Amino acid sequence: MASGNMNTVPPSLAEKPGDTADTGKLQLYADRVRVYPARVVGPFRRFKWAALIVLLGIYYLAPWLRWDRGPGAPDQALLIDMPSRRAYFFWIEIWPQEVYYLTGLLIVGAVGLFLVTSLFGRVWCGYSCPQTVWTDLFMWVERRIEGDRNARMRLDRAPWSAAKIAKKTAKHGVWIAISLMTGGAWVMYFTDAPTLVADIASLEVSGAVLFFIGLFTSTTYLLGGIAREQVCTYMCPWPRFQAAMFDEDTLVVTYEAWRGEPRGKHKQGESWEGRGHCVDCLQCVNVCPTGIDIRDGNQLECIGCGLCIDACNRIMKRLDLPPGLIRMDTVNNQVARERGRSVPFRVLRPRTIIYASILIAVLGLMVFGLGSRSTLDVNLLRDRNPLFVTLSDGAIRNGYTFKILNRARADREFVLTLEGIDDLTLSVRGGPSDVQRAVLGARPDRVETYRVFVRAPRDALAGESTPLRFVLEETMPDGERSVQDSVFRGPVR
Amino acid sequence: MPTKVETDSVTGTETTGHEWDGIKELNTPLPRWWLIVFWITVIWSVAYFILYPSWPGWDGVWNYTARKDVAARLEAVQAERAEWLDKLAVASLDEIEQEPDLLEFAIAGGRAAFADNCAPCHGTGGAGGPGYPNLLDDDWLWGGTVEAIGTTLRHGIRWAQDEETRISDMPRFGVDELLTADQIGDVAEYVLSLSHGATDRTAADRGQTIYAENCAVCHGPNGGGNAELGAPQLNDAIWLYGGGKENLVTTISRSRRGVMPAWGGRLDPVTIKQLAIYVHSLGGGE
Repeated sequence: MASGNMNTVPPSLAEKPGDTADTGKLQLYADRVRVYPARVVGPFRRFKWAALIVLLGIYYLAPWLRWDRGPGAPDQALLIDMPSRRAYFFWIEIWPQEVYYLTGLLIVGAVGLFLVTSLFGRVWCGYSCPQTVWTDLFMWVERRIEGDRNARMRLDRAPWSAAKIAKKTAKHGVWIAISLMTGGAWVMYFTDAPTLVADIASLEVSGAVLFFIGLFTSTTYLLGGIAREQVCTYMCPWPRFQAAMFDEDTLVVTYEAWRGEPRGKHKQGESWEGRGHCVDCLQCVNVCPTGIDIRDGNQLECIGCGLCIDACNRIMKRLDLPPGLIRMDTVNNQVARERGRSVPFRVLRPRTIIYASILIAVLGLMVFGLGSRSTLDVNLLRDRNPLFVTLSDGAIRNGYTFKILNRARADREFVLTLEGIDDLTLSVRGGPSDVQRAVLGARPDRVETYRVFVRAPRDALAGESTPLRFVLEETMPDGERSVQDSVFRGPVR
Repeated sequence: MPTKVETDSVTGTETTGHEWDGIKELNTPLPRWWLIVFWITVIWSVAYFILYPSWPGWDGVWNYTARKDVAARLEAVQAERAEWLDKLAVASLDEIEQEPDLLEFAIAGGRAAFADNCAPCHGTGGAGGPGYPNLLDDDWLWGGTVEAIGTTLRHGIRWAQDEETRISDMPRFGVDELLTADQIGDVAEYVLSLSHGATDRTAADRGQTIYAENCAVCHGPNGGGNAELGAPQLNDAIWLYGGGKENLVTTISRSRRGVMPAWGGRLDPVTIKQLAIYVHSLGGGE
């Protein structure tokens, strides 16, 4: 080992000489190297189990939460109602016109991921990504049925027998059952959960529901059961660019090469003088869910779950050596530790401050938006073909499409008045004619569309374009109010 | 042929063994399942080829065509509309007014039919142009009630093939030498004065007598027009062929006689009903 600088060349690779090999071995496609992660215990594993239980619990149970919204409205707390174009989140009800909340949510998700990654490395990948969570669950099932690493490897090598068929059938059966529940739970976010379960029980589900259950069942089975780490290594874009959020102060799973090397087998009672603490037991490799050797340094396939830390610490304890040969640490601290010093973990760094600021700004905007959100919205569209109509008495008329978005679940009544032009009158198609103020109703949870014709004497107009303000006020006391500014077009004076 | 597979000292990856002027390529093999997926897509394409019309003359085993699919979808839409159209066919105008959804359906259908049939002359917005009446204003040559609009639509205006077509025949006062050029100029000034546009008061006064003798019988003593006869109102701000004196002189001399086709034989009664309701809804309906 030339140096302890882990930023340049991974130690194990640097050892390889530029040798030549036989041309006959050239392979253009790589066979998959099966990963048989071994069981491991320790704080990281316990945290991973806790994350799995909490996240799966949320996923499977959240659709069952109820939230009373009054009669005629769904009482499911979390619901995306595609046919009625509504999304429900507890007390919040989102219309398609407000899709920017979804944009905000995605920005919060992305920047939050950047922030967490720049601080703690790939904890998202290691603990909370659905791919990780379901793979972990499937691996647990596999271990319960087929046994631990060595038993599974033996089983896969063994010729087909009744016992092997039974084990494999059981494993895939349980996997498919879990996948079915996953696909079913997904659909529950888009339809009333109890109704869906009743429909499934009585075999009265629609083709669309079956399709989506089938789709998410098969993807869960394929990605979590079969593909596993291949998804992270080959399909997922995140490992490719997450390095952009890393710096020397990011916590990553590190191997203390300066302490571990030169590695080698160790016999009890042997001196530790002149050699590293790594006994090359391969425990860190055996427990890795992506099948890598963390001693090669930080690498694309590492999902930062820290199971190798648990595995290594057990060995260290058995050997009476200090724990943490593999540890969550920053590159800066590793460089310092090699020289016998240490540097504290820096939370406040330019990138974390920037990420946090963006996160707070977007979150603040969303909270402000949701907080100041009214149950009334108005869309005003002025006719453009033609811009105006000349009437027999020389007066000018403009047409407007006036939409009232009533987000309340109650009938409401509004008064529309216009400001900005003297002597104007308004008419509503199918409603009052030539009046100063028009009463407009809005049915619950609906968009009401009115055609409004405004008529003004030519003398009252400022010219081709005169400002005109539409004021809509709820008739009941303390009602809502909406003001829309538009213009009134007329001929050149 | 690859000559020498080497292991790259920096990455530890093998080379492909090829060498071009000293440039070697690392062999970073794709996972085999990737290759398998590629072959699955190849098989998929073969199945697709067999099932769908993929080649001229080959209808595919499923006998699917996008054209048939569109036809089937259109049929489904028609079936869905039929219920509304049947309702519309028997409903009276009052009943349609009373039922907002039915009214909305009629207006939506009318809008589509208008764009297909009427927009070329009356404009997509219905604002017309010189010689083509503006359908948005409150000035109607033959009446602006839904019934009157419907009659105009069915029988057209000066449409010879339709026996009940609307005909108004203003004499060609100049061409047929019923009035002299001076008299026509005077009467034009008078007509302009009815809507406060006269420039020559004395000429207008001279024209008043000529108007009373020749024009008032159809256009009314004060130029109020007569929708029964299709005689335009002359004392308002709306001019079908333009309101300048020159335009008026041309109209009086030659008459205008615009033509609108009768749509009774071309469009079905329900479509005409929808059109009448739509035009009536544009803002000027009486």
